[in-house]
Amino acid sequence: MTSLEFHPKHQYVREERFPHVWCPGCGLGILLQSYIGAVEKSGIPQDNHVLVSGIGCTARIPGYVNMDTYHTTHGRAIPFATGIKLANPDLKVTVISGDGDLFNIGGNHFIHAARRNMDLLVICSNNFNYGMTGGQHGATTPPTSKSASTPYGNIEPAFNLPHLAYALGASYVARWTVMHPRQLVKSIKTAMEVKGFAFIEVLSPCPPNFAKFNGFADGFEEMEFYRSNSIVRNEAKLDDISIDPFHGKPVVLGDFVNRKRASYVTLERELIKKSMEGSR
Amino acid sequence: MIKESKINHDQGNIWRTPVNYERFPKPKGKIHIFPERCKECNYCTNYCPNEVLERSTSVNVYGYHPVRVKKGKEDSCVACGMCQTICPDFAIFVTEVRQ
Repeated sequence: MTSLEFHPKHQYVREERFPHVWCPGCGLGILLQSYIGAVEKSGIPQDNHVLVSGIGCTARIPGYVNMDTYHTTHGRAIPFATGIKLANPDLKVTVISGDGDLFNIGGNHFIHAARRNMDLLVICSNNFNYGMTGGQHGATTPPTSKSASTPYGNIEPAFNLPHLAYALGASYVARWTVMHPRQLVKSIKTAMEVKGFAFIEVLSPCPPNFAKFNGFADGFEEMEFYRSNSIVRNEAKLDDISIDPFHGKPVVLGDFVNRKRASYVTLERELIKKSMEGSR
Repeated sequence: MIKESKINHDQGNIWRTPVNYERFPKPKGKIHIFPERCKECNYCTNYCPNEVLERSTSVNVYGYHPVRVKKGKEDSCVACGMCQTICPDFAIFVTEVRQ
């Protein structure tokens, strides 16, 4: 090992900030690497990519990416990204944030961006709890699983995120885990080519909180549990794929939806063109 | 030449070994590790199909035991790149050695 060696992806990351803040066994580094792999393969120049995030562990990802990035207020990553996209539609805007940020605090912004079919790629890293604040339960915690604030088991049903996105009208919906990095890269690359709202749910571990409370020794063991209990069904019925692995239900993964719907930016450009013609 | 071939022993004879298996050269990889970035999360040691990597006994500046290549397995890497793909810390990468 000499100091002259560089990681093959060093031009996309801010290497001087490594090692990063995430815990040993955390999957967010794999998500970062998968995103970079997709950027590399997308054919869009690095300068035309923008990465936006909210608050949380996942929201630290833009800090390590060597491109235009925004670390915004809690839950408001999608409104910022919408503004960027409307101001300059040539940019490829991606939102990477956690489940707490996108669905607990910023759920309303998510549903309206999906309803408008705004041209964004939203990647949600789902670790089933609020990892940064100590592992409290949230809207994505599976039933009967334990967390810092549900020591006797969670009684609430959890969000089924792909079904939610599909019902709201998203153009592209997928779900993968960080243990499927090659499929994840392919999925993110496909989603970057989609016109309209693309949503990818990525299951990732939370070694010191969710893994610890639910009897996993480390992040690898938790992810291995999901991976060995997962099946890939691209044509799965979306109302039936809620995550409940602790009762023997398999985790369904796949690229579920890829459909064409008029996107917001397209409609906006058409409207501007039409109204300009009329005024002359 | 194919002493370490585990192709149909570990996996319960799913497929037979091709008759011309020995004629094909195996790719060879060189593993590069940044020990100061490793956090001993064990993803790469569990994912290496040839079990080339292991946790070392030395300690890096943050107190973790970085991975290293096992003794006697220096030539076993086939440059599949799985460790590079799965490493969350950008601490390992593989280059293929031209033979």
